Amino acid sequence: MADAKVIVVTSGKGGVGKTTSTAAIGAELARRGKKTVVIDFDIGLRNLDLIMGCERRVIYDFINVINDEATLSQALIKDKREPNLYILPASQTRNKDALQQEGVAKVIELLKKDFKYIICDSPAGIERGALMALYYAEEAIIITNPEVSSVRDSDRIIGVLNSDSKLAKEGHEVKKHLLITRFSQARVKRGEMLSIEDIQEILAVDLLGVIPESQAVLSASNQGIPITLDVDNDAKFAYRAAVSKLLGEPEVAQQSSKGWNFLKNMRIFKGETV
Amino acid sequence: MSILDLIRFKKQSSASTAKERLQIVVSHQRANNSNKPDYLPQLHKELLDVVSKYAQIDRERIQVQLQNEGDFSVLELNITIPSEAI
Repeated sequence: MADAKVIVVTSGKGGVGKTTSTAAIGAELARRGKKTVVIDFDIGLRNLDLIMGCERRVIYDFINVINDEATLSQALIKDKREPNLYILPASQTRNKDALQQEGVAKVIELLKKDFKYIICDSPAGIERGALMALYYAEEAIIITNPEVSSVRDSDRIIGVLNSDSKLAKEGHEVKKHLLITRFSQARVKRGEMLSIEDIQEILAVDLLGVIPESQAVLSASNQGIPITLDVDNDAKFAYRAAVSKLLGEPEVAQQSSKGWNFLKNMRIFKGETV
Repeated sequence: MSILDLIRFKKQSSASTAKERLQIVVSHQRANNSNKPDYLPQLHKELLDVVSKYAQIDRERIQVQLQNEGDFSVLELNITIPSEAI
């Protein structure tokens, strides 16, 4: 598509919620009618297929397409829930050189013809896989936990986006969004956790959203359901709000969340905090 | 409330300690990894202007990179001119 957009989901640090967020955001974009593909760049350690619930349908992968061992349409897995959602799984090869810039460029260009949103799920670290995932990105969603090592690594990856991305090398800038995950307002109040404002002040990146620490995230990944397609829960609505912001659309989540509002009111009534 | 809690009450919160530590570590990190000085975009633009005087090229064909190699830096310019543009 002429207005295709390449977005990388990255963090530097591992285990902060990159794959969960890729699945949640990709599924939500598709649910809103945007043709979306999510790509797993974690070559050797693929996991996006599991989080998306399509692990038993993987036949060909990203590297097969790069090496012309399969066509793109053979490797793309169509989601069974959302007709606009596709997954390009990572390979499990241990060959570190499998991911080359020319090959990645070829696949991204092909995907741009068919998709509105191309979401690249970066592996942790700042090695080849992570560099390849961010190289063609026009926008970056930086996943950060309110915790010192995650914030520091996010700052590091922002530096890499500013120097090693294609846009940066051409003298432009990758548009960056901050998505704070595993957040607990109750712990901030007790002085045990960095606040949203603290993290924003340190990283100086526009805030896309804040995902509360939620038991629903593990439950969704256990079942292979992107959290935004799961039953109503707090993390789901936080991701939906983040996608609204990404699209520059007004918030719509509240209309469809009567059940959740009711639950929330119950909690306030009982004086419980998350 | 235990005695430990009373002591902790007088100390600053762990979150504000985290923020202070992060501000220091991030400013060091940025200084060490700033392989991209402020003038690079301007240099890029001026180089493009100069080359454009002589050959028809687009912006993507000029790459400017600065790499730190120990105690010196290498400024690498990569300009591709299509043969029909010369």
